[in-house]
Amino acid sequence: MDRIPILKFGELLLVTIQVDMHDRLVMALQEDLTERIVSNRARGVLIDISALEIVDSFIGRMLGNIAGMARMLDAQTVVVGMQPAVAITLVELGLSLTGVRTALNVERGMRLLRPAAAEQ
Amino acid sequence: MNAPVRSRLPEILRGRESAILSEWVRLQIETDGRRRVSPDSIRQQSRELLAAICDAVRHDTSGVITTPEWAAARGVVDRLTHSTLSEGASASEVAMFVFSLKQPIFAELRREYAGDAQLLADETWFANTAVDRLGLYATEVYQKARNEIIMRQQAEMLELSTPVVQLWQGILALPLIGTLDSARTQVVMENLLAALVRENAEIAIIDITGVPTVDTLVAQHLLKTVAAARLMGAECIISGIRPQIAQTIIHLGVDLANVITKATLADAFSVALRRAGATITRAGAQPHAVTA
Amino acid sequence: MASETLSIRTSDDVVRVRQAVRSVAVKIGLTLVDQTKVITAASEIARNTLEYGGGGSVVVETVTNGARAGLRLVFEDRGPGIPDVERALVDGYTTGNGLGLGLSGARRLCNEFDIWSQPGAGTRVTLTKWKG
Repeated sequence: MDRIPILKFGELLLVTIQVDMHDRLVMALQEDLTERIVSNRARGVLIDISALEIVDSFIGRMLGNIAGMARMLDAQTVVVGMQPAVAITLVELGLSLTGVRTALNVERGMRLLRPAAAEQ
Repeated sequence: MNAPVRSRLPEILRGRESAILSEWVRLQIETDGRRRVSPDSIRQQSRELLAAICDAVRHDTSGVITTPEWAAARGVVDRLTHSTLSEGASASEVAMFVFSLKQPIFAELRREYAGDAQLLADETWFANTAVDRLGLYATEVYQKARNEIIMRQQAEMLELSTPVVQLWQGILALPLIGTLDSARTQVVMENLLAALVRENAEIAIIDITGVPTVDTLVAQHLLKTVAAARLMGAECIISGIRPQIAQTIIHLGVDLANVITKATLADAFSVALRRAGATITRAGAQPHAVTA
Repeated sequence: MASETLSIRTSDDVVRVRQAVRSVAVKIGLTLVDQTKVITAASEIARNTLEYGGGGSVVVETVTNGARAGLRLVFEDRGPGIPDVERALVDGYTTGNGLGLGLSGARRLCNEFDIWSQPGAGTRVTLTKWKG
């Protein structure tokens, strides 16, 4: 089964979601990330959703779960690249993604995570 | 209204086409006060329309101009109407052009049916009806074309009236002018969000100084815009809230607790600069005007 | 009036439903924002059908009301049904795992929303999105 690749970038983990995910893929990503945060002693997780055209409540919950689990493992999460149409739809859906920090793009996301990664 | 049983209008028109044309053109030039169109153009347009009418009448003597046989004639009227519309003619001008054809046709009919009053009356009535319908069709075409132009202009104005301006690196401003309706606010919202991505801006100032009234729908749209921008990782500041609008918003029960609001665009810009990590110091004592 | 029926039995089917709805939404010329809204609404209800309805099906069809083209989705399941539909709709979205998730959201995302549910019999949700 395909799994979403997780890249290491210093003390950060980088995930780019480019496919319409089915449930197994979502569960696999959550497991893989949690494991990698520990094994890589990562301080930050950057999730790039700029290719995601649909974010429903299930994906929203996934992002919230990842942020929550990362926080318990002392890592910060930032979700970047949300498309305007997705943002508009999420507002209408009533999904607020509390507990999930967001940034416009990877560059700004990294800037947000840098202080966390810099802490030793 | 059908033509008389043995209507000879088709033959008359065919036989006397050039005579009718000359007379029609002469009349138009004679009565043309505005001289908007050159005599050559008048001749050209008249020749085209008369030829199409002669042809139509040959195949269909019902006088109902919506049949396929009249398609070519309608087509000529369409083309002429559109070109005169773009030249600034009025609907009446276009209609009068068509109606003025009656006079030369009636003159020919009188010549042809000099001895038969009944037949003259019938034929005249038939010709009259057909030309009337064509003239009215011309005004309909005109109205429709005018409406299309107006709608296109409105769409263009909508584009122009909601510009997103970059005030500083990473800071956008959206000065809204005029009344906001639901449709326009949605367009504005989508444009702003797209601009945030395009310009890589984390802060947008939505200035509503130029908006006279805000109703519930508009207020909700503004709030949704702020929420959507936040989801994307950007912040919105709403500025230019006048006392009346502040009252309206409170009375509407709209909750602006989570939104930064400032009375003026200047205040909002000041807040935005601070958030962007920039400070402005006065020139003179310090040589550097802006540090960022 | 084209129509297609898809079964919703696995989570892969939810993805398939999204793709089918996208395809029709693009075909009838919905704006990007409207496409996103209706596909997201479909995803919510499809997931409900799967997780609470025990699986079911959806009919995806193009419709017209004379002036405009539209997209209609009819989700059906023979599951346990929703005991209190009104409450499920009013509760709106919560961060818990309640059944109200997605129902009120889907309603807000679409132009027309209809729900029929009978405990013990099943549930039917109809979503309609019009163009322009």
